[in-house]
Amino acid sequence: MGKTIAEKIFDAHLREQVSAENMVLDLDVVLCHEITTPIAIMDLIEKGMDKVFDPTKIKAVIDHVTPAKDSKTAMQGKIMREWAKRHKIKDFFDIGANGVCHALFPEKGFIRPGYTVIMGDSHTCTHGAFGAFAAGIGTTDLEVGMYKGVCSFRAPKTIKIEVEGELGTRVAAKDVILSIIKQLTVNGATDRVIEFSGPTIDTMNMAERMTLCNMAVEAGGTCGICQPDRTTAEYLWPFIQDDYATLDAAVEDFQRWCSDADAEYAKVIKINVADLTPMVTHGYKPDQVKPVAEMAGTKVDQVYIGSCTNGRIEDLRAAAEILKGKKIAEGIRAIVTPATPLTYTMALKEGLIAIFMDAGFCVLNPTCGACLGMSAGVLAEGEVCASTTNRNFNGRMGKGGMVHLMSPWTAAATAVKGVITDPREI
Amino acid sequence: MRQFGGPAILLDRNDINTDEIIPAKYLTEITKIALRPHLLEDLLVDGKPFDHESEAMRKAKVVVARENFGCGSSREHAVWAFEVNDKDVIVASSFARIFRQNMFNCGILAVELKPEEIDQLFAMKGDMTISINLEKSLLLAETASEKKEFSFAMNSFDRQLVEAGGWLAYADSKY
Repeated sequence: MGKTIAEKIFDAHLREQVSAENMVLDLDVVLCHEITTPIAIMDLIEKGMDKVFDPTKIKAVIDHVTPAKDSKTAMQGKIMREWAKRHKIKDFFDIGANGVCHALFPEKGFIRPGYTVIMGDSHTCTHGAFGAFAAGIGTTDLEVGMYKGVCSFRAPKTIKIEVEGELGTRVAAKDVILSIIKQLTVNGATDRVIEFSGPTIDTMNMAERMTLCNMAVEAGGTCGICQPDRTTAEYLWPFIQDDYATLDAAVEDFQRWCSDADAEYAKVIKINVADLTPMVTHGYKPDQVKPVAEMAGTKVDQVYIGSCTNGRIEDLRAAAEILKGKKIAEGIRAIVTPATPLTYTMALKEGLIAIFMDAGFCVLNPTCGACLGMSAGVLAEGEVCASTTNRNFNGRMGKGGMVHLMSPWTAAATAVKGVITDPREI
Repeated sequence: MRQFGGPAILLDRNDINTDEIIPAKYLTEITKIALRPHLLEDLLVDGKPFDHESEAMRKAKVVVARENFGCGSSREHAVWAFEVNDKDVIVASSFARIFRQNMFNCGILAVELKPEEIDQLFAMKGDMTISINLEKSLLLAETASEKKEFSFAMNSFDRQLVEAGGWLAYADSKY
């Protein structure tokens, strides 16, 4: 019997089989941000365990609330800075160099096929787009990860989603993943890895694959994962060119991680996206998904474009394509947050920032900000937000607010009309 | 081994998420105890705000809900919010992976019963006390007029974590 990509990664990193179901794995990268890490650092200090297993394998960023909004967030940043300095963690990204973790770390080339990655953040599953096993964990797991370089997981069972069909005009990877979550439901993939494969995925760029994997956790999945291929190698090439003679050699090497044809899956779901239309969430659960057409005309107060789901340059280009030469509707407000400094710089050079500002958007620095209602765009009670983010939970972007998740195209179209709008009609 | 159990509070909900358990605005705290007043502050039950400051809530040591408990964010603050309010057993028909792992990593219990067994708990009338017999993996639910016992499955590694007092202590002694 062959193996899935996740099983191959587990085999290669097994430190100890601690029960029939549980495996302790060696970690290649431990990612850190200022919301879940400072409390881990404080606890390790208190317990006399303030050490790191390998400073080169720890990557840290201040991204959730940055620049600090108050004394408490300033203290979280301070604890991170002092810890990074104390342990000589070179890959620490502070104000001016910081961006949304799941957009920034891939951009720096930190995630490679076959890696094991953890972070105290549920959207860590994003990094599976590179053919890595990447999982969100809590603070205790983070503490052990930082201190000992290991983490425990249950043996990976995989749901394979085979996607075929060419996406229609202005139908995005976001629409694909929303439709998949609708089908799986919010706990349909609990304790499962979601493997995205098939011809549609093969033609997707890394940004699109990251959008898919990012939301695996919204169906309960431990990790989203894509097979590493030429697209992966091309994205990573600036970082791996010293390791391989040619790009072909890298592509060939990545093959060793790919799932075998006779691998065993917990479930295989085949979908054809040729007839998929733009999708949007309603209600407070990410599996409450409808075609945009059925929600069209719903009034919004705010439009938010950004986050680890859809704040990359490709997303900004998509939104700008609709916004060019137009204004946002009267009476609404719109915010765009390029996910990283590089995204911001590229958007400036490409003239996208000017398009957003001319349209009436507020352009923020890279931050997680309003996505989780911590800063920079929190909703008031009773307000509605059209958002390219990943969670529509009750109170997520502010107590009493309603969030409708959608693609950057749909969010931009909605900004122009002031009501939820099918982007194909603009 | 540590004893688990006490007065129970029943929350008739699926998919109670971590934003409802502890809203993100409190994630700027760097002590666990600061989370204490805010547990379940944004929870809706039957579409209405839940009284998270009630006497029953204050007294409870065990929380019972339905499926997919603790979905959403990885924030261990959600587990600590229960812990600092002296609630160290959550009983549900299923848990989100990260929340469940965070519970055992803290050395406290996420107990899974079958959906029909959870239905039976919800059908019991009056104030409920739940006690846990870890050695035998038994859950005993008692009200003034009824008594029901259920066995639950507990993974051997999770049991070791509870015995060790959590994953950090376990990993520190072993790796």
